[in-house]
Amino acid sequence: MATDVMAEPVVQTGVKIKSELMQQRVRAAQLFLLPMLLALAVVAGWPLLRSIYFSFTDASLNNIDGAEWIGFGNYLRVQTLDSGAVRYRGLLVDPAWWNAVWNTLRFAVLSVSLEAVLGMLVALVLNAEFRGRGIVRAAILIPWAIPTIVSAKMWSWMLNDQFGILNDLGMRLGLLSQKVAWTATAETAMTAVLIVDIWKTTPFMALLILAGLQMVPKDIYEAAEIDGVHPVKQFFKITLPLVRPALMVAIIFRLLDALRIFDLIYVLTPNSSATKTMSVLARENLFDFDKFAYGSAMSTLLFLIIALLTILYIWLGKVRFDGGDR
Amino acid sequence: MGATFDLWKLIKTVLFYTAVVFIVVVSVFPFYYAILTSFKQGTDIFRISYWPTSFSLENYQAVFSQGSFPRNLLNSVFVASVTVILALFLAVTAAFALSRVRFRGRGFLLMVILAVSMFPQIAVLSGLFELIRALGIYNTPWALIFSYTIFTLPFTVWVLTTFMRDLPIEIEEAAIVDGATPWVIITRVFMPLMWPALVTTGLLAFIGAWNEFLFALTFTSSNDTRTVPVAIALLSGGSQYEVPWGIIMAASVIVTVPLVILVLIFQRKIVSGLTAGGVKG
Repeated sequence: MATDVMAEPVVQTGVKIKSELMQQRVRAAQLFLLPMLLALAVVAGWPLLRSIYFSFTDASLNNIDGAEWIGFGNYLRVQTLDSGAVRYRGLLVDPAWWNAVWNTLRFAVLSVSLEAVLGMLVALVLNAEFRGRGIVRAAILIPWAIPTIVSAKMWSWMLNDQFGILNDLGMRLGLLSQKVAWTATAETAMTAVLIVDIWKTTPFMALLILAGLQMVPKDIYEAAEIDGVHPVKQFFKITLPLVRPALMVAIIFRLLDALRIFDLIYVLTPNSSATKTMSVLARENLFDFDKFAYGSAMSTLLFLIIALLTILYIWLGKVRFDGGDR
Repeated sequence: MGATFDLWKLIKTVLFYTAVVFIVVVSVFPFYYAILTSFKQGTDIFRISYWPTSFSLENYQAVFSQGSFPRNLLNSVFVASVTVILALFLAVTAAFALSRVRFRGRGFLLMVILAVSMFPQIAVLSGLFELIRALGIYNTPWALIFSYTIFTLPFTVWVLTTFMRDLPIEIEEAAIVDGATPWVIITRVFMPLMWPALVTTGLLAFIGAWNEFLFALTFTSSNDTRTVPVAIALLSGGSQYEVPWGIIMAASVIVTVPLVILVLIFQRKIVSGLTAGGVKG
């Protein structure tokens, strides 16, 4: 709204002054934007280009400056052995990479869909009026406020195989027949990561959905009540369609976030191939295995995947950037 | 008839409050348990208890006396504060330009800013590593302040832009008629109105910088330059099999308590800031 008005010159004393004023404003705007754009170009644009460049070179950790262009070799190259057999090498045929891609996608889809459902439930509870609502709202902010590393450590203590309280609780309640090494066993490692991530991020989801819920006018429900519409039907026919925009944005934000997950997995299940994601594998290659160029190729592919999804989001979500919708 | 109706209502109320209690307990319990563990002493830690049984400050003394944890805390405070101040400084003028002035390519610029905020950090890691070493700031706090700009700046610009866009035009009109320049308008007209938004975005950016792990792990290499998340992640005992859980929990509590207090104080503002960053697009 405001920007539309701003487009019309405010001072009505002649065309000349108007355009002069507008020009002055635009010039000032450009000047104001310059430092921010420069900063972003230096910390984001340039490093991104360099990372992509490294993925086409033979750079190693101790020889970054002397990196030489080798084309697509890090991604895919054909090797002919002495015996005449042809072997494909490179990232695109690396099982470790595809394992990481699979882990990342599995983690992202499972965590975000569970968080959406649980977040919706929490938001519905918080949207009801009851005594102590403020306390609940404050309580759910606590997981969100705790640093990821700290929550990873807290949970790995709670999930500890011998002294963990969750095994103890599970045994007492008869849910577990024996103590489980949650983070160390391949079968349960992903479950452990999911539990911690869902615990930590559901509040964020719930708050975004709650903001959407609070915009639904109350009289719609009153009308539905008078017509005798069942609450479950009310939810699916009224609530869900009306909060869908807020829900979709929240889901996509979280999805992009989940695809780049690093710290939780690095701390909670170190060195477990059952949970190793693209980011973890890329960093490992970059700095631990001294395969700087190969790791750069991994990060470039991850960037491409996320870039594609972002474009899809902007296109599908019809997000309007010019502020014309307000 | 009336009796069954009341029963149904009672069941519904009971179910609802069960859900409420469940949500609160699940949210709070891990933090409660970390506090509980941090006050345990010696082998008490390995005796599972749900309620406080003993009280000892041994772990807290250990955190502050051994290793470089106090130094790490100072590093974190310094890095997060400077990052936030820099980001806000750059973002206020940029947000003014993006929200109050109509010019060619504005929509595109906003799109680029949103795209940068969704950058996977790993995508710039090798390029940043080269740049930081070339600048000679590797293993200093400046490496972190420099690299954290990549996520604090787009975020602050985005939230401040949505905030400024909602301010009424009238407040600006009078200043324009009086011949005020855009700079004067920002500092004299907008800044006084912006304090709540600045505090909220600043706080959210502070939390982001305080919690960051990947860059901190990669761009610092000695105990004295690390920030607390890295220090906690790398805390280890005498041997590989001897994890000092009590000390880790004490350090975790120290790092988290200020955040939790801040978040609870600024609850409403944080929620509105989060939704401005997320929902309004």
